[in-house]
Amino acid sequence: MSAAVLSVEELGVRISGRQVLDRVDFAIAPGEFTGLIGSNGAGKTTLFRAILGLQRPTSGRVLLDGRPRSRRGTAIGYVPQKFLLDPDLPLRGRDLVALGLDAGRLGPPTRPRRRRAAVEEALAAVDAEAFADTRVGRLSGGEQQRILIAHALISRPRLLLADEPLANLDLRSAQEVVALLARVCREQGVAVLISAHEINPLLPVMDRIVYLAHGRAASGTSEEVIRPDVLSRLYGHHVDVIDVHGRVLIVAGAGDDADLEGCEETVHHLPEVIQ
Amino acid sequence: MTPAGFLEPIFAPGFFENEAVHVALAIGTAVAIVTAVVGVFTVMRGQSFAGESLGDIGTTGGSAASLVGVGPLAGFVAIDVLAAAAMELIGVQRVRGRDLATGIVLGAAIGLAALFLYLDTTQGSGNGSTVTILFGSIFAISSGTIPAVVGLAVLSVALIALLYRPLLLSTVSPEIAAARGIPVRLVGAAYLLTLALATALAAITIGTILSTALLIGPAAAALRLTTRPLRAMLVATALGVGAVWAGIVLAYDSYHWPPQEHGWPVSFFVVALVFVFYLLSGLSGLLDRRRARLLDRAGPAAAEA
Repeated sequence: MSAAVLSVEELGVRISGRQVLDRVDFAIAPGEFTGLIGSNGAGKTTLFRAILGLQRPTSGRVLLDGRPRSRRGTAIGYVPQKFLLDPDLPLRGRDLVALGLDAGRLGPPTRPRRRRAAVEEALAAVDAEAFADTRVGRLSGGEQQRILIAHALISRPRLLLADEPLANLDLRSAQEVVALLARVCREQGVAVLISAHEINPLLPVMDRIVYLAHGRAASGTSEEVIRPDVLSRLYGHHVDVIDVHGRVLIVAGAGDDADLEGCEETVHHLPEVIQ
Repeated sequence: MTPAGFLEPIFAPGFFENEAVHVALAIGTAVAIVTAVVGVFTVMRGQSFAGESLGDIGTTGGSAASLVGVGPLAGFVAIDVLAAAAMELIGVQRVRGRDLATGIVLGAAIGLAALFLYLDTTQGSGNGSTVTILFGSIFAISSGTIPAVVGLAVLSVALIALLYRPLLLSTVSPEIAAARGIPVRLVGAAYLLTLALATALAAITIGTILSTALLIGPAAAALRLTTRPLRAMLVATALGVGAVWAGIVLAYDSYHWPPQEHGWPVSFFVVALVFVFYLLSGLSGLLDRRRARLLDRAGPAAAEA
């Protein structure tokens, strides 16, 4: 277990009386690609905030490389979910990437040549050279994702967290971002933890899945987790897993008294099947 | 003899020898630099309303200072720093709390200003102090104020330079900054302090009501003209200093304009020039877009040819 880059141990988080996370327990090995899957409100963002040290756990703990995380440092690269910028913001993609290197430091930037080389390398790693000189606020959603990923990677973290990077992207851009993250994971040996409410775009690249429902988690390979018995236990009612030509459809089981949450889940995954 | 007689149409006789002009140029330059540097972050952070409000609130400090017989700068600085601290405590750093916190502090302070200005005019000696506080009079500043102005200017710019990188990332994305362990709230509070100082300095130059023009105008124009934050600060500085210098020259010249023997206010010229710069920067943006459209249209055609 000490080899894990991230260990989440029996993590519980209560926010204003609501148990948002309940004994969540999983570990991620170095260089692994992990998908954190769950519908809206399942606790994905809270889990991320706890891992980043922005949310204090009420029980359990989060370990990075086997040690409690230190408040400072760049062991984790973070790509946030929403990123709305003024199109007139005088900041180019490459400026934002450069900030990934040393934003925590005081004073004006030093060692400009070494800084520039590192920025070029990070931009190349995410294929962002072509639009690196445009104002970030004027880039498309997919382009901004690439810049943010470069920003997170430039400090060479051991773990990259991406919060719903596929939300608000069209199918093609989403596929490109998944392929990019998978490539980065392999080539740079950085462990990637990416949250999503859709499982299918990630199925081909995931080494491990952490499935969140009602604040509880099941983790393992997708074969181990995406099973009726495991997911039924997690949801607390019967759930069917249907395989449609390599795509997975998770539905509230027939004969169940079909509670509303289950129905929502069904509707949630349907469009993915229709595509 | 003046440096060059042929420059007389621009620089009226006596401009270069005038003590008040020297003081005005020294203070105006220092203030224009600070407001430009701080203003770029004000515009980027979307805190123009806070800047405008701190300017207005300066009226309270200025009028109180005049009541007790202290120079206006001390009053501006004291009240603006106090008001900035109050805004910070009420919640100016939260996007949704910003306007609310600013508005509440603004209302309370302007109420006091109404009282102080009333007392100033009814029992004070200087009946011109209200206009001076609200609209500034840079030619009336004593040379003894220069060290304080330059000192505060250096302090503000040094603080921005020190915090440059954490402040920039916190401005772009407080979320990413917090995830990296940057104390976003502390950085924001330190920035608010520089905003308070910059506003107080602008207030002694062009008055509390107009101070926001110097803070926001050059920065907003610069944002349209360049794509990099440091360059935006340089461009804003050039525009701000340009507006202040040209304003001082024009105001000095205006002694010879109708009505005779009464110069026009410097503040008017400075604000008018800032406004013109802003309009021109918009024009440059329009031209850029037009050029981009033409290139887009020419692109496929050129490829086919």
